[in-house]
Amino acid sequence: MSVLIYIDQAEGQIKKSSFEAASYGARLAEQTSTQAEAVVVGNSSADLSMLGKYGIKKVHHVNNEMLNHFDAQTYTRVIGQVTEACQATVVVLSNNVNGKAIAPGLSARLKAGLVAGAVSLPDTSNGFVVKKGVFSGKAFANVNVLSPIKIIGLTPNAFSPVAGEGTAEVVAFNASIDAPRVKHLATNKVQGQIPLSEAELVISGGRGLKGSENWGMIEELAGLIGAATACSRAVADAHWRPHHEHVGQTGGSIAPNLYFAVGISGAIQHLAGVNRSKVIVVINKDPEAPFFKAADYGIVGDAFEVMPKVIDAVKKLKGA
Amino acid sequence: MKILVCISKTPDTTAKIAFVDNNTKFAADGVQWIINPYDEWYALVRAIELKEKDPATVIHLVNVGGADTEPIIRKALALGGDEAIRVNFDSQDSFSIASQIAAIAKDGAYDLILTGKETLDFNGASIGGMLAELLDIPFISLATKLDLNGTIATVSREIEGGEEVAEAALPLVVSCQKGMAEQRIPNMKGIMGARTKPLKVVEPVAADPLTAIVGFELPPAKAGVKLVSADQPEELVRLLHEEAKLF
Ligand SMILES: Cc1cc2nc3c(=O)[nH]c(=O)nc-3n(C[C@H](O)[C@H](O)[C@H](O)COP(=O)(O)OP(=O)(O)OC[C@H]3O[C@@H](n4cnc5c(N)ncnc54)[C@H](O)[C@@H]3O)c2cc1C
Repeated sequence: MSVLIYIDQAEGQIKKSSFEAASYGARLAEQTSTQAEAVVVGNSSADLSMLGKYGIKKVHHVNNEMLNHFDAQTYTRVIGQVTEACQATVVVLSNNVNGKAIAPGLSARLKAGLVAGAVSLPDTSNGFVVKKGVFSGKAFANVNVLSPIKIIGLTPNAFSPVAGEGTAEVVAFNASIDAPRVKHLATNKVQGQIPLSEAELVISGGRGLKGSENWGMIEELAGLIGAATACSRAVADAHWRPHHEHVGQTGGSIAPNLYFAVGISGAIQHLAGVNRSKVIVVINKDPEAPFFKAADYGIVGDAFEVMPKVIDAVKKLKGA
Repeated sequence: MKILVCISKTPDTTAKIAFVDNNTKFAADGVQWIINPYDEWYALVRAIELKEKDPATVIHLVNVGGADTEPIIRKALALGGDEAIRVNFDSQDSFSIASQIAAIAKDGAYDLILTGKETLDFNGASIGGMLAELLDIPFISLATKLDLNGTIATVSREIEGGEEVAEAALPLVVSCQKGMAEQRIPNMKGIMGARTKPLKVVEPVAADPLTAIVGFELPPAKAGVKLVSADQPEELVRLLHEEAKLF
């Protein structure tokens, strides 16, 4: 018996969200008196034994050149084999882009109930009840998993990874692999930016900024504190900013430690994508803007006057 | 070309989210229902665009739900589906729902199955992936672009900080999101035509649920906003640094 954690990688490096999943899985293994094991698929440049620091005892590394590009179906089947081989009763994945691609297939394959978007550890006192976000961040559901094997998709940034001491045993796992039916053609990354879904700090702008030419102050503040940038749907629709920056009910859903909103009204659909942020700061010239009701800190004022002063103060703080 | 588009209903995006029966049920009284925007704006509209390029294309819609979802299905037909199938089955368990759609898909021999990336109510993002596995066909999730060249699909999917482009021979399951297409409004001709388009109701196949919702909770209320004067933005920076310890 074990808890198996899928360790997702990008370009051979372990993603931050996978350390969260590893820590979560290790805690769950402790809670249920089993062992935490991990599976890594495809080549890796990371030192996999260091997953031991997060409580992983054993890492199954499935390395085969057919696995060097992500394919949902192929990865699902490999992870399914590892799950069976180590008799895992729980599989934990980050509910990130790849987790969302794999977990449902794994659920259907193993007839294992899936809770996608978990925000805390399962309550195992009566059944196996996992709390997950529903209604786009406006509520939570407690979901009981009825099947012998359970799958948990952990919301990114919902569980802090705890690193301690330890070294995991790394073993090669020989999986039977069919050639992927999806052929990878290209990977296009936006250079030099922090991906929104992985960001702990986010600076976001709305229609109050009047036009794309005014995004300099958003980018400058983001650059100073190492934040990612986001925007409202109105802004993406006006093509002031790229679509991938659009957050809200019909865009990205994020839960960073800081969501700093400038010139965004805080429409209910916008809030739905950001209301799980730990700290919300709102800068808006309208004291009646609905966003203030969801905010922790705010300034009622003109962004064009306030932001340069905020930037100066941050520069001073950072000694820049 | 035969396309199946999976359609779900979801509360209007401005609906008040509250629960009844000791927090075990969504308070649906007076709630306005809409087609799940990801299903409508991206999956369905992209299917319609593909049909506009290749008029021999047939678009079927499938919904798993009670009779109360029929207005939503008619609206989707008004936008452009050719016919619809409703599986008369209400469930909150993704696997039971995917099993219903899989049964429909097996019968229909579809080349392409499109879903929205997730529903706005349960946010499971699960149906597409489950369906692909049940049907033993490939799955591309969170797609922002889909083009067909004969029986080869080229699809862009979101990854952290960018996108990945891949191609696959049909049949294929794709979950769709922003970028794929633009929202459309049904026109009068569509609305009139939708009334007479076939909407077939079928009974569910057996499928044991793998999960059950035991209750709902609302997030704890915020303590209230701490306002800083516009003349002292440096005070905001101090609070974020010293009190919230964010940077
Ligand atoms: C089905 C549906 C889904 C939707 N999904 C989303 C979604 O996912 N994400 C999303 O964001 N929206 C979504 N919307 C749209 C949403 O309802 C709002 O229209 C949108 O969020 C508004 O964007 P905004 O706040 O940037 O612009 P506005 O509503 O125009 O607000 C601009 C704000 O800037 C302030 N302002 C103006 N000038 C200044 C200044 N100089 N300094 C400071 N403040 C200033 C104004 O007071 C105002 O509050 C959706 C709508 C629908 C119907």
